[in-house]
Amino acid sequence: MAEAVDYKYIGTRPVRPDGVDKVTGRAQYGADPILPGMIHGRILRSPHAHAMIKSVNLSRALELPGVHAALSGADFPGGIGDEAIGGESGGTMSDLAKNVMARDKVVYHGQAVAAVAAQTPQLALQALKLIEVEYEVLPVVLDVRAAMQESAPLLDPTCITKGVKPEPEKPSNVVSVTTFNRGDVDEGFEQADLVLEREYIVPMAHQGYIEPHGCVAQANEGGAATVWCSTQGHFEFRAATSKLLGMNMADLKFIATEIGGGFGGKTVVYLEPVALLLSQKSGKPVKMQMSREEVFRATGPTSGTYGTAKIGVKKDGTITAAKIWMAFEAGGFAGAPTGPAAMAVFSPYTIENFKVETLDVLVNKPKVAAYRAPGAPQSMHAFESILDEAADELGIDPIDIRLTNAASEGTTAPYGPKFPTIGFVECLEAAKNHPSYKAPVPEGAGRGLAAGFWFNVGMQSSAEVHVAENGTVTVVEGSPDIGGSRASMCLMAAETLGVEYESIRAVVGDTQSTGFSNVTGGSRTTFATGMAVVQACEDIITQCKSRAAATWGVDDDQVEWEDGHCVPKPGVNAEVKPLSLADMAAAAAKTGGPISGRASLNAQGAGASFSVNFTDVAVDPDTGHVEVLNFTAIQDAGKAIHPAYVEGQMQGGAAQGIGWALNEEYIFNDDGVMQNAGFLDYRIPVASDLPMIDCEIVEVPNPSHPYGVRGVGETPIIAPLAAIGNAVAHATGVRINELPLSPPRIVAALDAAHKA
Amino acid sequence: MSKVHVATQINGEVHEFLCEPEETLLQTLRDTLGMTGTKEGCGTGDCGACSVMLDGALVCSCLVLGVETSGKEIETIEGVAGEDGLHVLQQKFLEHAALQCGVCTPGFIIAAKALLEKNPDPTETEIRYWLAGNLCRCTGYDKIIRAVQDAAVTLRA
Ligand code: FES
Ligand code: FES
Repeated sequence: MAEAVDYKYIGTRPVRPDGVDKVTGRAQYGADPILPGMIHGRILRSPHAHAMIKSVNLSRALELPGVHAALSGADFPGGIGDEAIGGESGGTMSDLAKNVMARDKVVYHGQAVAAVAAQTPQLALQALKLIEVEYEVLPVVLDVRAAMQESAPLLDPTCITKGVKPEPEKPSNVVSVTTFNRGDVDEGFEQADLVLEREYIVPMAHQGYIEPHGCVAQANEGGAATVWCSTQGHFEFRAATSKLLGMNMADLKFIATEIGGGFGGKTVVYLEPVALLLSQKSGKPVKMQMSREEVFRATGPTSGTYGTAKIGVKKDGTITAAKIWMAFEAGGFAGAPTGPAAMAVFSPYTIENFKVETLDVLVNKPKVAAYRAPGAPQSMHAFESILDEAADELGIDPIDIRLTNAASEGTTAPYGPKFPTIGFVECLEAAKNHPSYKAPVPEGAGRGLAAGFWFNVGMQSSAEVHVAENGTVTVVEGSPDIGGSRASMCLMAAETLGVEYESIRAVVGDTQSTGFSNVTGGSRTTFATGMAVVQACEDIITQCKSRAAATWGVDDDQVEWEDGHCVPKPGVNAEVKPLSLADMAAAAAKTGGPISGRASLNAQGAGASFSVNFTDVAVDPDTGHVEVLNFTAIQDAGKAIHPAYVEGQMQGGAAQGIGWALNEEYIFNDDGVMQNAGFLDYRIPVASDLPMIDCEIVEVPNPSHPYGVRGVGETPIIAPLAAIGNAVAHATGVRINELPLSPPRIVAALDAAHKA
Repeated sequence: MSKVHVATQINGEVHEFLCEPEETLLQTLRDTLGMTGTKEGCGTGDCGACSVMLDGALVCSCLVLGVETSGKEIETIEGVAGEDGLHVLQQKFLEHAALQCGVCTPGFIIAAKALLEKNPDPTETEIRYWLAGNLCRCTGYDKIIRAVQDAAVTLRA
């Protein structure tokens, strides 16, 4: 393990540079830009969950005074290939195109079929009513088990399952099967003293960012365009829009506005290509903003799942074999997070025999998108629940059973590579020593514990660092800041350059002002973009050393950088005065011009982040209400650059996980119409539902990052699902393996147990 | 339908504008007056992102019609900071890192300010229930509650 290092700026909690604009209402989010002559676009959505589109007639809408443009799928250029989109959101470009605007078929209720732009939002809504669409309604399939039946209606009649041998001859709704194997599971179950097998169900849930999708697009007559949008990745939005509209990418400028939450859901385009096409047709800037109802019905939730888990354990707690089978709802188009779900599920443990199989299944629901650690909450809910039940049966403490099997440095991860330094054992030990874990469980309550794991990714990032003429510094990066990352970039730059935090500001550049950067996702920003910022600062240091060397008449290698100054190496021309960054900046004209550093990289070695969460809950047997009495989140951050924002990720992820465990779910009627498409009925946690969320940041530095950073954004949502479930089981004595643990489900389960 | 003439006071200043009869105060503020500090999270009264004060009462501006505000006084997030700079709540939200994406923040500050004006020494539970109409998906509320508690201490001093 790396030595603990004393940093001057890293690990402090300064106010973020974008903060004042956000507490005063000045900050501009996706729907905030106002342009001269701007008009408003709205989308017409399918009233059917599965239907062929026979015709779309826009003419009556276009006749309404004040309507400036209307379009349907036919207005988009065709010929979009089947190339994969990549990143955390699966699927192909052609599916993305149809998800942006349906062509000849709709596969979920709420899918976009046409759009208009009019002088006011109210007028645009009126115009939508004048669009005539003729449908041929098809039968609907909503449940993954039903969708896998041979008699099920097919969403895509050309879909042949990938990943099974021999390749099936007939099409089905199963897009692909992902399998990971090790050892011999049957033999492993033979060796076990206890074997358990259970079914687990997790509902479809939404990211629930408070800002609905919004953008403003302005096309000009020369073919160029500017788009302001709320996005986790403006470069990827530019690429997708240029493909969907057949536009020259060089003509497109995408500006990432402030973003009001994303959690993975703002990594894919919905509105931007539509707004831009409406702008081209009308010659006016077009603003589009979804209603909350549209956000629920037509933007990416995450998959609901149905699965089975089996575990074999020896009396001493050693896991001898484990097996998971899990079907994921893809929604109307392929792309459920089956790969990461399968790769993650056993990652915290050393298991000699396992088999995991995950299926990507088409159903008539909205196309899923990435949601914080995509796939892992569902698969790990199953395993962290069954492991807990095994521990109960064997009378082993839940931390001890995890310690017995914990992965550590050198363990071969279930998906192939050997783990470098990781911090799972450290998290478990931190839990064991935590005062809240040592404290007795409150009278009548139950305690539950679970672990979480996420790989984290590196990917491509760019950064430029400019030194102004007085030595103050601007960091330009390409990663939209979704939770305080500009503050982290400033801290890393301050540490590297040895100048004060207050003299550094970070900005997110548009697609024409900074180098390519992948989405803010995969918990990669502080790690990968941070690495680019550090390297860009090191570039500045190298340049400064060489300028100082020239000034002093010594060789470059005779100058060192110390605490923000160029100094001569010991023994070299001791007469000269150290030169600060400000000195260097003031003399820049004489030493080669302005000082700027840059770095573009494809970051390798994103360190995995493990977590352990525990909670005490009280269950009211009459109402089924679960009160979360306390919640403790422990997670390895590698090194927390700005600890307050690391805690923020842990607390926010915990709240989302608690919400998913207790209340959140998509409810559909038999026709595939979501019945709770609003915050009143899709109930995310409110302040009075939650206790304070205690955080303990474990720091096992990631050797691949200059300051030891591991991504922290995604891991926090995983453990709460099983931790809450395990706590409810201990509070009530009844295991309920279907989420959410909503009051009616708990009352029903307690009644059933009572009768039995 | 023809537009209605409305005169109202916003953040201490008289504003006159024409308003569609069915237009919400939220739309009036954002689209007609360009005051985009007030946010829309739902448009149905469920998230509190659009919170403003109307004649001293905390309301969701998406549930009030623009025409209803004729002759009334409105306070929005744009009016919270004064001549001496940020309001204590704004300062405490920054110090406690009580915002991540920040889109819920204007609504929380308006709502918390209303609370502290009524009840300068609220308990944690009182703060949590008062703010239960304001949704935040990023923070888990922990740091928001602490910022409000700390602001209450400072304001009482
Ligand atoms: S926008 Fe008014 S309460 Fe949500
Ligand atoms: S900070 Fe993002 S919703 Fe509250």
